[in-house]
Amino acid sequence: MRIALFVTCLNDALFPQAGIATVTLLERLGHTVAFPAAQSCCGQMHANTGYAAPARQLERLTEAAFAGHDVIVSPSGSCVAHLRAHTGLPAYELSELLVDVLGVTDVGATFPHRVTYHPTCHGLRALRLGDRPATLLRAVKGLELIDLPEPEQCCGFGGTFALKNAAVSGAMLADKCANAAATGAEYLAAADNSCLAHIGGGLARRPGAPRPIHYAEILASTGAPS
Amino acid sequence: MSRDLPIVAITPFPVAAAHELGDAQLRANLGRATRTIRDKRARVVAEVADWEPMRDRAAAVKDEVLDNLAELLARFEAAAVAAGATVHHATDAAHANAIVTELVRAQRAESVVKIKSMATQEIGLNEALEAAGVTPIETDLAELIVQLADDTPSHILVPAIHYNRSQIRELFARRMPGFTATSDEPAVLAGAAREYLRRTFLAAKVAVCGANFAIAETGSLVIVESEGNGRMCLTLPETLIAVVGVEKLLPRFADLGDFLRLLPRSSTGERMNPYTSIFTGVTPGDGPQRLHIVLLDNGRTQVAQDPVGRAALRCIRCSACLNVCPVYERAGGHAYGSVYPGPIGAILSPQLTGQDAGFNKTLPYASTLCGACYDVCPVKINIPEILVHLRQTGPKPAAERAAMSTLSWVMRDRRRWRIALRAARSGSAPLRLIARRHGGTLRRAPWPLSAWTAHRDAPLPAAESFRDWWRRTHESS
Ligand code: SF4
Repeated sequence: MRIALFVTCLNDALFPQAGIATVTLLERLGHTVAFPAAQSCCGQMHANTGYAAPARQLERLTEAAFAGHDVIVSPSGSCVAHLRAHTGLPAYELSELLVDVLGVTDVGATFPHRVTYHPTCHGLRALRLGDRPATLLRAVKGLELIDLPEPEQCCGFGGTFALKNAAVSGAMLADKCANAAATGAEYLAAADNSCLAHIGGGLARRPGAPRPIHYAEILASTGAPS
Repeated sequence: MSRDLPIVAITPFPVAAAHELGDAQLRANLGRATRTIRDKRARVVAEVADWEPMRDRAAAVKDEVLDNLAELLARFEAAAVAAGATVHHATDAAHANAIVTELVRAQRAESVVKIKSMATQEIGLNEALEAAGVTPIETDLAELIVQLADDTPSHILVPAIHYNRSQIRELFARRMPGFTATSDEPAVLAGAAREYLRRTFLAAKVAVCGANFAIAETGSLVIVESEGNGRMCLTLPETLIAVVGVEKLLPRFADLGDFLRLLPRSSTGERMNPYTSIFTGVTPGDGPQRLHIVLLDNGRTQVAQDPVGRAALRCIRCSACLNVCPVYERAGGHAYGSVYPGPIGAILSPQLTGQDAGFNKTLPYASTLCGACYDVCPVKINIPEILVHLRQTGPKPAAERAAMSTLSWVMRDRRRWRIALRAARSGSAPLRLIARRHGGTLRRAPWPLSAWTAHRDAPLPAAESFRDWWRRTHESS
């Protein structure tokens, strides 16, 4: 199948590994990936901070960039939720594409590590991803999936919330990091690099805490050292 | 600006929240209380097979009310008057307070007993009565605690949620006439309050209440409660004054059933609330002989005009959204500067007052948009959607506005975007050397990113952007 990738602005600039992993994984599964270069940002950040007009321009730009593609995948739950609410694009979060569209639950990955999974608010409530990501992770060879305490609690990121309400955001982050550390996992995985940047920034200050990783990177891994 | 409205924040939310966060006891009390009640709610909601269709029906009924507000109010008034009630219309808080004060004066009452009511808190009725020389006495246990402490409520349903029992015993000993108990067992404390309140009820000539629902078809008012003190207020005094927000209407008596199932499970996690009182007009020789109903607008008809924001008026004040809100759990109710705290407060207060009132414009930003509130709301208010709507229609800082348009301009053109990515990468190259020591993140960033690094490390632009990787690996051959 020919699948168009929406990599998102944040992944493009800061976390290309998530996009690279998505491409690697889909190509390994025998699919062709297209990357329409006219894409940049879905407009979520602008819309949620209160700027409807620039958001709308970016939404239209994204629609134009992906016109004609039947299946669009993105490694970001919150951006997919935004695209679904504000454009007519057939956008899927990676686990939705794999499980619902391609019908795969074992992607043939190997990742011999202890991993805990944070479901993220948009994955949990806007997209209702349910146990799709966990199902995919459980099929990974060598991976031990450890439950995260209070998984459905927001990490406190919320885009500009982290700056505008820094104190409350910091308190929420502290609780999320404590829960992540309590698992004893080596990695904390999630389906959104925005949440991961926030949680990872907190975990970086706790010696011995899990390291943040996008779950696409785990699914793309074949256990060979990179 | 009418500062004295208790729905106007006088401190920006971030400042008030940071202050409350410093209170470790408050955080512990709140965390324990909200966790208990949200677990209980989740359990009893899961028992109801048709919960989702019931939410849809309730939302539709409330929207029907907002679509036909004027007509339903007229129908309610006609039915209530026919049953012997007197109906008043109050445009705003001052107007409503003046009407109630005048009615109390006419009875020459020095005090009134009160049933817990959000509408009377919203208009600051207690303060208005005190200014007129009338003593209001709250009869809801938690409301009484807050009143004795000269404090303000911090939760819609559990106004004293921020107190623990030893703090309450200490307060009763100081402020409650005739209090002697030495234990802080909840039953002992409740017993002491009951004795104090009973003496008060028997002496009261006037009671003031609100209403959970007002039924247009029959002119009835409905009050649900769990202690039974409200029922004493509704039956013993000669005069009863009800202050009712116009959005409390239900078109038909038959609509009540769904709401009486949705409300207790959502609010207290009970299958049914212990006391439901439905009263219509007056009955000679039985109960209050004078019933005055003050229909309160105070911004509501204005809000009902907003196609997105109006859904906030569906709210039945169950407080489920407070109990699941991670921001409320940390910041506490006082941070919102309004009698309506939490997610519903963040959308209701700025709409009722207008966003320019005090610091109410900071409230729509008091959320990560995590969506937990929308999931639990029994009348399906899409609170995150309304928060974003208020952010988009409200006042914004000029610098931020400029930054957002510039960013959008850069992102709208692939050449500009590629240049920006490369500039960010080379600009941050020296930082990458420092960051390498902590696994690639930055511990202390310059302004404006310093706000981020106050609480967490910052990521750096990647050494190679995704689009450059793609070009190198997929287009160069
Ligand atoms: S907004 Fe919904 S959940 Fe919150 S208090 Fe109102 S009815 Fe309850």
